[in-house]
Amino acid sequence: MTIPFPVPQIGFLAAAAMIAAVVLTSTTGEVLTAAAMKSIGDLDEIRARSGMRGAIRAVLTCPLFFAGVSFLALAFFALLLALNYLPVSLVAPASASLTLVTNAIAGKLFLHENVDRRRWISAVLVCAGVYLLANGRL
Amino acid sequence: MILGLVSLCAPLGDSCLARGMSHVPPITLVHPASLIAAVFTPWIALGIALLIGFFASYLTALSWADLTFVLPATGLGNVVIALLSRFWLHEAISLERWAGIVLITVGVGFVAQGPSLTERPAVEAPVFAESEEPAILLEEEQVR
Repeated sequence: MTIPFPVPQIGFLAAAAMIAAVVLTSTTGEVLTAAAMKSIGDLDEIRARSGMRGAIRAVLTCPLFFAGVSFLALAFFALLLALNYLPVSLVAPASASLTLVTNAIAGKLFLHENVDRRRWISAVLVCAGVYLLANGRL
Repeated sequence: MILGLVSLCAPLGDSCLARGMSHVPPITLVHPASLIAAVFTPWIALGIALLIGFFASYLTALSWADLTFVLPATGLGNVVIALLSRFWLHEAISLERWAGIVLITVGVGFVAQGPSLTERPAVEAPVFAESEEPAILLEEEQVR
């Protein structure tokens, strides 16, 4: 497999910082969104109780949800910025696969999820799989 | 079911957007109205609808399952798109990509065998109709 290198005018550190920015903002967004949904409660139950409108209202009145979505939007813009300087064959697989691992770490640290051996192995397998799929030869 | 929707809607929505965007003239910030016109193109509208569906199912999944359970499942979307391109568009898939497909499928099968939510007895693990999961270490003990 050929490892793509950043285009010459961008240094390794700058490239790493851009990818790190995508990974960090996206992880923060995912964690905040997950925390928001946990604080709201089971959406299926809310929908059964107060209908689809009630479920939508529950989500849209949660400030944590908007914080999460804002970070996800930031991640999107960070991705666009990175794509301006780096090849898509590097940015897409690197950010998609690294995010899975950082989310497992953040899930354990901040959401206190039970990230057991099974979930670690799964995160690493999916991470490697996404990288191969996104970066593999055609 | 919800996780199936998550992994189906995202790649299908992206594909519709890509297909739609390739048929509209280049959009510049000088003419922002062209962007609004593009939103009403059938393929782009369908892509946006599918992505809204993805986000709604993703949020629903997050409301009853852990983030570390849901996220690997979203990786299945990559497998769906690769298999679609192989069997629908008849594109060739290299050995590396087949290896990626196998790794993701095994990884998702692996996490789906465990409990979906922390601090609760195992709720029913979702069954992925689209993944041919190999025999996954059923004897593996849940480490809490």
